[in-house]
Amino acid sequence: MSGEVIVTEHPMDGLLRADRLPHIWCPGCGLGSIMSCLANAIADSEVPPNKHVIVSGIGCTGRVAGYMKLDSFHTTHGRAIPFAIGLKLSNPELTVTVVSGDGDLFSIGGNHFLHAARRNVDINVVCVNNFNYGMTGGQFGPTTPTGARTTTTPNGNTEPAFNLPYLAASLGAVYVARWTPLHVRQLYRSMLDALHKPGFRLIEVISPCPVGFGKSNEIGEGLDEMRMYRNNCIVKPDADLREIGIDMKRESPIVLGNFLDIERPVFRPSGAEGA
Amino acid sequence: MVTAAAEPRVLTGQHFMNGDLACAEGALAAGCTFFAGYPITPSTEIAERLSYRLPDLGCVYVQMEDELASMAAILGASWGGAKTMTATSGPGFTLMMENFGLGVMTETPCVIVDVQRAGPSTGLPTLVSQADVMQAKWGSHGDFEPVAFAPSSPQEMFDLTIAAFNASERLRMPVFVMADELVGHMTERVTIPAAEGLTIANRKRTPCDGATRLHYAPDEDLVPPMPIAGEGHNMHVTGLTHDERGYPAGDALVHDRLVRRLSNKVRLHADELGLTEEIMTDDADVIVVAYGAMARSARCAVALAREQGIKAGLFRPLTLWPFPYDKLRERANRAGHFVVAEMNLGQIAREVERHLRRPATWVTHAGGRMISPEEVLRGVQEAVL
Repeated sequence: MSGEVIVTEHPMDGLLRADRLPHIWCPGCGLGSIMSCLANAIADSEVPPNKHVIVSGIGCTGRVAGYMKLDSFHTTHGRAIPFAIGLKLSNPELTVTVVSGDGDLFSIGGNHFLHAARRNVDINVVCVNNFNYGMTGGQFGPTTPTGARTTTTPNGNTEPAFNLPYLAASLGAVYVARWTPLHVRQLYRSMLDALHKPGFRLIEVISPCPVGFGKSNEIGEGLDEMRMYRNNCIVKPDADLREIGIDMKRESPIVLGNFLDIERPVFRPSGAEGA
Repeated sequence: MVTAAAEPRVLTGQHFMNGDLACAEGALAAGCTFFAGYPITPSTEIAERLSYRLPDLGCVYVQMEDELASMAAILGASWGGAKTMTATSGPGFTLMMENFGLGVMTETPCVIVDVQRAGPSTGLPTLVSQADVMQAKWGSHGDFEPVAFAPSSPQEMFDLTIAAFNASERLRMPVFVMADELVGHMTERVTIPAAEGLTIANRKRTPCDGATRLHYAPDEDLVPPMPIAGEGHNMHVTGLTHDERGYPAGDALVHDRLVRRLSNKVRLHADELGLTEEIMTDDADVIVVAYGAMARSARCAVALAREQGIKAGLFRPLTLWPFPYDKLRERANRAGHFVVAEMNLGQIAREVERHLRRPATWVTHAGGRMISPEEVLRGVQEAVL
């Protein structure tokens, strides 16, 4: 490298805090691509940037809020959804997107997810699922596939894992999708659709975590995991959601798609405008 | 459907109401526009009242799935521009400590009412105690300087809820009302003044002029103006240690500077926050320190002691945190003896001894009932022996 400046700005500079880069994520992590898809979707949405807010919990994905040049909130572990509900109910013109990890949203924050989906609160949730607690160095969580090795399941995980789209749909979410950072066009499109959809939305993004999960589970580096997505992913929007749990075995399919897009009354507290 | 005209925000006039209702009315008078909570005895009447009152005023009552969520929701709503409150009791207060810390770190105004019942754990759900006052002081991890008020009557449930809102808005932080089951459920006369007669503070807001700002750079009062979401500030708000831009900073120097400022902004305003009531302390040889509902019994004990020729007085902190120790020390020059009466096993008693650098007589009870005036009187007699 000669040090020659090839470009002086990034196309997403308007929505990224360039003064905070480089980010903290590991080589091979999917979060950069996922954040880029979200930034593109926000830029192309009908809502002006100053009416978008990002709320994160704790963990690797929790750091997304801090890299986006929007009103952004990096809250406590598991509490991004109730914090986001407060923001949205007090200021209904905001488009509120929660970006957080599988552990944050479905372990410590599971109860809040359950009730927000049941109420159909008008918030958009992007869950980046890397099948482990990455920030603390790769322990198992509620999305870790049975049999997977993590630093706290040295002999393999004995617990069953959540099937997130099935869970969200059963609770009453109005929009449910699953993609990977290999599928950037579909992910972007899904994020754009979700930004305009009133009600409780979940996009699960399967993401490589070579350091915390890939290496110890014979998946390999980030690039190997992306190859695995290319080989194993099946786009099947009409899939039976009961059957799309993920075991992350080399030969197993990973079912993707925009699974659900339905209408249901959106939560309004009594007395609020339009109730 | 025919509906009655909505009641006004400030119910000016004379009322006969319990402390929990007076607290709800105080919140409304202070400008509360958002309440999130989870029902718990003996605070539930506050939520019930606000679920009835707030919607008529075009404001939000939301019942969350637990106290963790309630506390998170009032922080989020505060950043949305609302004046927010929650109300709870011991078990819920413990859960709220998590996001109380986030509120301190992110400088988020809101009010938390704890109508104390006896613990630990589920304890005596319907009966009084004052055993959470040290949880208010130390209950969340890390260093912080809390602000907490202790009402002794339904009237003070109204007045001090307003004081709590004003302090939270001025200092940009969560503020506690440390009530107890007795004042919450006691019914007395409550006078609600005319709206224009109330002093109401509102947070300093960051101007919407598109300028790039250091959102955590404090003014001279150590409080930074607050940006509201949706106004184009692009602020970052994090529970991580952050610099004046609001950006995370894993740096001991930045951490010390931030945490020291968060404490110092309270200490700087300690005099104006420090409300006290004193009865017959001028010539007192022995001073009873009591707060909340317990002060009512202590006041009676002081009168009984005077009847017996003991020069007793009452020192009642209405502000528990920051503890008004300067005013207490002034009294220590004359009075030789101090008695602390509280419905816990000695929480403020230690604080009093620490500030006076001398032992006090403790009159304590773990909770479940008021300590009687006669029991306090025995403490007074013992102190002057």
